[in-house]
Amino acid sequence: MSTGLLRIAPHIPLRVRRSTRLVERSIMVYRRTWMIIVSGFFEPLFYLLSIRIGFGALIGDVEVDGTLVDYAQFVAPALMASAAMNGAVYDSTMNIFHKLRNAKLYDTVLSTPLGPTEVALGEIAWALIRGLIYSTAFLVCLVALGMTSSWWVVLTIPACALIGLAFSSFGMAITTYMRGWNDFEFIPAATLPMFLFSATFYPLSSYGSYAWVVELSPLYHGVALIRALSLGEVEWSMVGHVVVLGVVSVIGMRIASRRLATLLMT
Amino acid sequence: MPETVLTQPAETATATAPVVAAVDIRKQFGAFEAVRGVSFEVRRGECFGFLGPNGAGKSSLMRMVSSVSPATSGTMSIFGLDPRTSGSQIRARMGVVPQTDNLDQELTVEENLLIYGRYFDLSRAECRRRAKDLLDFVQLGDRAQSRVEPLSGGMKRRLTIARSLMSKPELLLLDEPTTGLDPQARHVLWDRLYRLKEQGVTLVLTTHYMDEAEQLCDRLVVVDRGQIVAEGSPAQLIREHATREVLEIRVAASVVAGIESALSSLGLRTEVLPDRVLLYSNNGEQTLKDVHELGITTLSSLVRRSSLEDVFLRLTGRTLND
Ligand SMILES: Nc1ncnc2c1ncn2[C@@H]1O[C@H](COP(=O)(O)OP(=O)(O)OP(=O)(O)O)[C@@H](O)[C@H]1O
Ligand SMILES: [Mg+2]
Repeated sequence: MSTGLLRIAPHIPLRVRRSTRLVERSIMVYRRTWMIIVSGFFEPLFYLLSIRIGFGALIGDVEVDGTLVDYAQFVAPALMASAAMNGAVYDSTMNIFHKLRNAKLYDTVLSTPLGPTEVALGEIAWALIRGLIYSTAFLVCLVALGMTSSWWVVLTIPACALIGLAFSSFGMAITTYMRGWNDFEFIPAATLPMFLFSATFYPLSSYGSYAWVVELSPLYHGVALIRALSLGEVEWSMVGHVVVLGVVSVIGMRIASRRLATLLMT
Repeated sequence: MPETVLTQPAETATATAPVVAAVDIRKQFGAFEAVRGVSFEVRRGECFGFLGPNGAGKSSLMRMVSSVSPATSGTMSIFGLDPRTSGSQIRARMGVVPQTDNLDQELTVEENLLIYGRYFDLSRAECRRRAKDLLDFVQLGDRAQSRVEPLSGGMKRRLTIARSLMSKPELLLLDEPTTGLDPQARHVLWDRLYRLKEQGVTLVLTTHYMDEAEQLCDRLVVVDRGQIVAEGSPAQLIREHATREVLEIRVAASVVAGIESALSSLGLRTEVLPDRVLLYSNNGEQTLKDVHELGITTLSSLVRRSSLEDVFLRLTGRTLND
């Protein structure tokens, strides 16, 4: 379908409009089950309350780049980043696999003017919208519980969207290689270590000479981004994190739309 | 019901240009070649049929025409466009009824039509209008708010057909449209398809049913093992490959073994099938008398007009349901 940016470029407005049709479909489906989405609002609240009451009292302050930070304030942004990852992974793996293999939704969609790229874009857009609702809830709780110290925190919303984009693109790409439901057992095998070792619970400096391993994890870049925004320690080096997540997104999306084309247009 | 057909852009519209032109199309799945060099043309406004047994390659051909499956080799042109590069534009002007209904199980009957119209960039108001008309057209108006899964097989089929009409297609592809329908629903559907054709919609359908092909198709090709074995109008094919009438007789099992040689003196084409014997004749009643004069006792007999089934038997040596 799209063999180069130059070739797709003139179609971008049309493609974007067409991919919103799949978002429309998801809205139709979720209109009936909006409670599921609302219930997601409470999850961050419980998370944040638990670390504030628990960790906050047990562990004092941690030192980040020479300044002392309250531990709860240190962990909360990492949880926000991880939640953005988990939501995106869930939406782009299980949900997509079901629609691809069981419901054969995309076979129907491909008998219309929409193509595999629009399918990939549309589903990723929906994952982002769901993520947006969730990260807004997270932000509201962060502010309400006084767990942030800077107005930069508002930018955690687009930052979470970027994490969502990276993980849903990549998740969708991986899903196109899944042979059956059993293969999904491998997903926690990738996301759990990422959750535990992405400078989530302690600063990068504590990994010593293994810090480079941590930097391989896309989630680490998300955590670093959100943490800096939440603590108000904004600096130019953050552009690097944005670039890493952007590159993962683009690669994931390219693989996903190519693979959808080979799977569906046989 | 769609009363006007979409007008098509001038650059691809010439009155005589075929809607679909396929030359030496092949389709390979791994080492297996499902379509082995097929050429055909579909003219504007006609009903064109692919007739053939299971596994003949009908669905593979239909998927290639619907521009979701690239041919391994050969050239195809639909509305004068190349499906490899203009798939999206082609699909925008085409309606597709796949062999197995793939309705959206998470949506209601009406929503299935609404969202499908949206995939074609129609406005919401237009989608609602067309959905209502089409639900009446396929007699599902009272089920509009129902979920899809409790519908009967025939209802699902009708909904899939309604869905394919949401975009008012110029070309409608139907892969076994009436499989799973009861006889009455089949006749209703034939009538609907007939009306669409009158409105100028070009129809391409596949079927195993000879009567369906005979009823609906202006021209058809008989496909067997990935190749076209005959081509023409139903009447033409019957004329060339069968006789006017067929005498079907059933005889006792003990007689079956020698029946072919016993009947050879009549000089007619004879097919001995597991459950009956067919004699191709231009005068069935007379042939039945001749059979009785040969001293053969028949358990039952039937004289009927010959059909495409007989053509198929003639061409491939097999009945359609083998
Ligand atoms: N995606 C595929 N992968 C491998 N083989 C396939 C694929 N699709 C079809 N085939 C094979 O190609 C041949 C033709 O299949 P096709 O579905 O086109 O037949 P058909 O004429 O539509 O049959 P039916 O009347 O049963 O629907 C069959 O042998 C089938 O197994
Ligand atoms: Mg088929």
